[in-house]
Amino acid sequence: MTFRWTLAALLSHWRRRPGQAAALLAGLALATALWSAVQALNLAARDSYDRAAALLGGAATVSIARPEGGDFDQALFVTLRRAGWPVSPVLEGRARLGERTWRIVGVEPVTLPPGAALASLGEDAGPDDPAALLGRPRGALATPETLEAVGAGDGEAFEAGGLTLRAAARDGLAPATLVVDIGVAQRLLDAPGAVSRLVAPARHGRDPSELAALTGGRLAQLEASPDGDLARLTDSFHLNLTAFGLLAFVVGLFIAHAAVGLAFEQRLAMLRTLRACGVPARTAALALLAELACFALAGGLAGMALGYLVAALLAPDVAASLRGLYGAPASGELALAPAWWLSGLGMTFAGAMLAAGSGIWRAANLPALAPAQPLAWLAGHERRIRAQAFAATGLLMLSAMIARSGEGLVAAFAMLACLLLGAALATPALLSAGLAFGAARARRPLARWLWADARAGLGGLSLALTALMLALATNIGVGSMVTGFRDTFTGWLDQRLAAEIYVRAPGEDRARAFEAAAPALPGVSAVLPTRTAEIRLAGLPVELLGLRDHATYRARWPLLEQEAEAWDAVAAGEGALLSEQLARRLRVGLGDVVTAPGAEGPWPLRVVGLHPDYGNPKGQMVVGLDPLMERLPQAERGAFGLRVAPERIEATMSAITADPALAGVEAIDQAAVKRLSLGLFDQTFAVTGALNALTLGVAGVALLASLATLSAMRLPQLAPVWAMGVTRRRLALLEFGRTMALAAAVAVLAVPLGAALAWALVEVVNVQAFGWRLPLHLYPGQWALLAALALGVAALAAAGPVLRLARTPPARLLAVFAQER
Amino acid sequence: MLRVETLSKSYATPQGPATVLDGVSLEVGAGRTLALMGESGSGKSTLLHLVAGLDAPDEGRVFVGDAEMTGRDDAGRAALRRERVGLVFQQFNLVASLTVADNLAFQARLAGREDGVWTARLTERLGLAALTGRYPEQLSGGQQQRVAIGRALALRPALVLADEPTGALDETTAETVMTLMLELVAETGCALLMATHSARCAARLGERLVLRGGRVDAAAMRAAE
Repeated sequence: MTFRWTLAALLSHWRRRPGQAAALLAGLALATALWSAVQALNLAARDSYDRAAALLGGAATVSIARPEGGDFDQALFVTLRRAGWPVSPVLEGRARLGERTWRIVGVEPVTLPPGAALASLGEDAGPDDPAALLGRPRGALATPETLEAVGAGDGEAFEAGGLTLRAAARDGLAPATLVVDIGVAQRLLDAPGAVSRLVAPARHGRDPSELAALTGGRLAQLEASPDGDLARLTDSFHLNLTAFGLLAFVVGLFIAHAAVGLAFEQRLAMLRTLRACGVPARTAALALLAELACFALAGGLAGMALGYLVAALLAPDVAASLRGLYGAPASGELALAPAWWLSGLGMTFAGAMLAAGSGIWRAANLPALAPAQPLAWLAGHERRIRAQAFAATGLLMLSAMIARSGEGLVAAFAMLACLLLGAALATPALLSAGLAFGAARARRPLARWLWADARAGLGGLSLALTALMLALATNIGVGSMVTGFRDTFTGWLDQRLAAEIYVRAPGEDRARAFEAAAPALPGVSAVLPTRTAEIRLAGLPVELLGLRDHATYRARWPLLEQEAEAWDAVAAGEGALLSEQLARRLRVGLGDVVTAPGAEGPWPLRVVGLHPDYGNPKGQMVVGLDPLMERLPQAERGAFGLRVAPERIEATMSAITADPALAGVEAIDQAAVKRLSLGLFDQTFAVTGALNALTLGVAGVALLASLATLSAMRLPQLAPVWAMGVTRRRLALLEFGRTMALAAAVAVLAVPLGAALAWALVEVVNVQAFGWRLPLHLYPGQWALLAALALGVAALAAAGPVLRLARTPPARLLAVFAQER
Repeated sequence: MLRVETLSKSYATPQGPATVLDGVSLEVGAGRTLALMGESGSGKSTLLHLVAGLDAPDEGRVFVGDAEMTGRDDAGRAALRRERVGLVFQQFNLVASLTVADNLAFQARLAGREDGVWTARLTERLGLAALTGRYPEQLSGGQQQRVAIGRALALRPALVLADEPTGALDETTAETVMTLMLELVAETGCALLMATHSARCAARLGERLVLRGGRVDAAAMRAAE
């Protein structure tokens, strides 16, 4: 009974102050929303990776393949089967069907290991699957969404790569993936007789060392599935998203903390009354805890719903980024497991406890005779900000130490966390010092009062101002990084896309035909064929790119570092150019030797240059085209580059399209490639931009919530000034000016922090996460725009409370004196 | 109903311990009223707080009826206070977010002893019937104090402790409030211990006890008689 009525009394506070309740709910909901949105996006993507990895049994199978990567002849499969190995061939690759590129997985349904056969299909994987693949016309298994994108319904026939296939919908498959019979895959991928790997049950009972003898050392059992590469490659992307989610969560908690702290102070008198009426301290604390749990549940559920909405809006962009950046089969559909709900609500509860824990602790230990002093927290503010300033100094020093000696992405994020937290803790102290400085120099009485009053009121606003400062600094830092990256990327594209036209030919025959015909095309001054091979160096997937020795590359290929005569060494097959991220991962530099696998044995190559290769998750190694064909004859055809006089580009493109001998050859001009690349770049950072804007929005709500809840408590400070002859209108203007001045001060503080953040992102996080280092660009114009935006947010937040103050009836101001104790 | 035996209390100050109460004893029977008088700092409020169990004495014992308040932990003292003691403060101390009706019934509800008929009668007697839906901030000082008296009496306590209940009211309102409180105390048969500066209010109570420097000032009491 005591608990029930205590809780009812506590809750009645919120009924009387719905704005304050809304602020608390908004804080918790917004914190949860952005966090859970990011988690939903990560979960959806990881679910896609898992489904891709589990397609052929996941942990239930092992892969047998060339240790150095690349396809091999299916004769090796036959050899192993004859020797009694329970292997099944798989061919994987990407093929363009219609407007999009799809992941093609070719399997041999009859020999697929039992228990692993298309295991991820779950209940859909019935005994009809082999039949579905082998029937006439041949089957193509895919998710209903993938089939819809291909343009075929379940059971319908469709054309792909000159074949007629019958669509068979299967829900459990990885997105953007077509599972077909291996014979079909060999035709779709133009790889007759090729196999990417063999799968076998994990407990196949054979001695892996037999493999060397049976295959002449060409195949080995892989320690890790090649599918695991995807998860590793995309880790940094997901970590970045998580970091954003966490930042938004913290900013949201600031709102909740401000609202709860204020409510606790406002209810000190009520707590004393409750104690006087016989409520034990423990019961009061338990009731406060229950009240908080109610809010956490309501805010958490609202936040999860909002988070789902945000995630659903961002999911297509994230999926496109993952597909574009990493070739990851991300579907853009949210797969929300119960764990997502539970972890989201768990975060809300933990966050609410973090935000309100100190208040509840104080309530539990509140002496029954504690004087009810509203604004007592403001009185203790000075003491608190001194302690915060000490902690801030320590954190900023720690951040600097990690920046100097830390390694790895986790250290990079720890450095960022220390930097942001240190700056957040330092903000109230810096603002207080600034206001004290102003107060000391003010001469006129009203100005002196204004400075002093602003300083006294800082305690109530400091959390919201800190949240605004963090959001602003993040926007500046991330904005600088993204804009700098875009500028660098654009410049790099201009250099890297040396040819005027790029051409892809389907199949070897067409490629040969094109290579023969190309020099005669109108306006073509040079034909630059390329070949690529997938290899592994030190266990890392690497793309070996063969370039013809040509003046175009010597003049334009962007290099960060190079030896003298680098291109001669490349052309001679003695040297290689490594992408920056590959060199960093392999820890090699100019003059070091890396050994690539060759058909006839190891191929030692001296590192003669390092080139930037932005956006490529795999390492890249550039070698001479002719040496590549000598060492790895199975290297696949890549795109052809055509050097064409700019005014002839259109004519050349038309000639390619018009020639019936070149049917199926796709040509794209340099400008279109740039458009596509920049489009992909912008799409990738659209998510970052959206999260950035949302964080700033949350900070705006924090400020609005604080100002709204504080406005009623401001009356006792304002009423005496009003009584002394300052009009309500003037007081309202002064209040507005006070808020704007504080917001401006916050913007000034955010600029150096934002610049530091940009430096940390560019020099540390980018290098650790992606392996490439970008030049640091700073954009003062962007900062000014963001500062103006922050002032706008502050003006919007202050407008309501200020207007209310201007219209406050004199009776309410007089009531301050009537009720004064 | 209330028995206080040699109650002492001192507080630590930068100058050393300051004794606020020094061996005070008193007794108030059921239906009796006692005015506690003395200058500011004489220990009146401290004595009330110790009797209410809001604080623990250094020495001495307090009995409310047959139950000892002293010697219990915080939860025990709170339970006894909730069950048997009504408190009226100078500053009313109503719950700002509850209506008059909810404030009136509040302590009785906490104790699980809400009596609708008695509360309705109290509301009527206190002249609050038209104000039950209002919040404290919408009431005058006198009205708020009447709600506080109603809250204290709604659970039919054994003891009412009042700390300067008319201190924040004008003379006429104070008279009205005092009259109402004394009538209702007599009607419920509880004991009343009231701290007051006002000789006029004290004169309306059955007995008076004067404190000076934390001790009972017998000479002052004789003079007051």
